[in-house]
Amino acid sequence: MIKSINTPLTDDIVEDLNVGDRVLLNGIIYTGRDAAHKRLVEIINKGEELPVDLKGQIIYYVGPCPAKPGWIIGSAGPTTSGRMDVYTNTLLDKGLKGMIGKGQRREDVVDSMMKNKAVYFAAIGGAGALLAEAVKEAQIIAFPELGPEAIYKLKVENFPVTVAIDTKGRDLYKTGRDKYKR
Amino acid sequence: MREINVDIITNVVEKLCIDSNYYLPHDVKEALQDAVAKEESPLGKDILLDILKNQEIARSKHVPICQDTGLAVIFLELGQEVRLVGGDLNEAINEGVRRGYKNGYLRKSCVEVPFSSRKNTGDNTPAIIHTTIVKGDKVKIIMAPKGGGSENMSALAMLKPSDGVEGIKKFVRDTVDKAGSNPCPPIIVGIGIGGTIEKTTLIAKRALLRTIGEHNPNPEVSKLEKELLEEINNLGIGPQGFGGRMTALAVHVETFPAHIASMPVAVNIQCHAARHREAVI
Repeated sequence: MIKSINTPLTDDIVEDLNVGDRVLLNGIIYTGRDAAHKRLVEIINKGEELPVDLKGQIIYYVGPCPAKPGWIIGSAGPTTSGRMDVYTNTLLDKGLKGMIGKGQRREDVVDSMMKNKAVYFAAIGGAGALLAEAVKEAQIIAFPELGPEAIYKLKVENFPVTVAIDTKGRDLYKTGRDKYKR
Repeated sequence: MREINVDIITNVVEKLCIDSNYYLPHDVKEALQDAVAKEESPLGKDILLDILKNQEIARSKHVPICQDTGLAVIFLELGQEVRLVGGDLNEAINEGVRRGYKNGYLRKSCVEVPFSSRKNTGDNTPAIIHTTIVKGDKVKIIMAPKGGGSENMSALAMLKPSDGVEGIKKFVRDTVDKAGSNPCPPIIVGIGIGGTIEKTTLIAKRALLRTIGEHNPNPEVSKLEKELLEEINNLGIGPQGFGGRMTALAVHVETFPAHIASMPVAVNIQCHAARHREAVI
């Protein structure tokens, strides 16, 4: 079954999501990858105000291609999430409710997700053209000097993802592999 | 001597940068279609179908298959009867990359001083250029954009000769197992065995460019490729690491004679967006 949900996320929405669910996201999501994460955490550590209130929000780990004329955004598939693990718990403590990326997360990130009731979605790595078609608006809202690593505010419609780690800490990268290992 | 103006090389490289990033090679597409039939996981099948849909969108709308349009890895085979005129060869290649990444709306993913400033070079140069001099009066250029996700999961081991084929298999299995979902499976595994530290990694990378379905002509090596493919696909990682049978589409092994004391092994992992394109001038 495919579930359709709207952002921002609430406890009720995320608690209803189970590992392996295919989900279509609708609404606003924010992009951020390595360099943007580093800056966000530096801002938090200095006690300054973030360029976006993270409460209930989703961060998509992506550094898109430049948009071709007539396109809203260039190809925009997920990058490897593990590189963000070192910054993630700080953002979850600030109210971040969802993440979109690809690949395994560290144990302490999963623990923090359970504590903060957050969910980790996987988008298909390498499906940048398909995913770009679900983006309906894109606007840079912070760190434009970072080029592809700037923070964009995206409006998405039926953006396809899979629940990779749910609020109960169940992890598709472990359960899936165990099921098919010979 | 046949004269070739390096401006021609610039133009060809520009087009190869764009086309390689927009159009997935047919052998890779066919391997993905085969994988749909073989995949046991229903979710895995869905993922493979979306991957196929993605490359179709990229092909028909002329956009990059993946946003990670890679570092520009270029294999240049220069005929020894060619005389290049009109400028510097390497600069001509880099100018082609510069134009291709700009005019093709490709992502610039190259940063300076990797351990400190990490400032984007702004035009995806410098390209990684591997030049060999070959017979004849032609110039062959292969452009193989390489993404970071799969490259990061690649590995090298200086094995001992006594480690034997079992040592090689264990290193390959462990490397793929540890990589898990990160390199965007289903992957292609390029393996170099022998030579020196740089030679083995180079032949591993070159192995990624082989057409899927073709095996090493040496029957012993070809047998190793088949055994490794089966062992890798028994790991259970599956498409995108969600669990399943199709972790790898192919395993390509290349060998080179080694020092009496050495058995270097390189594993270069390639994501399913196995992009490469060539032209002959």
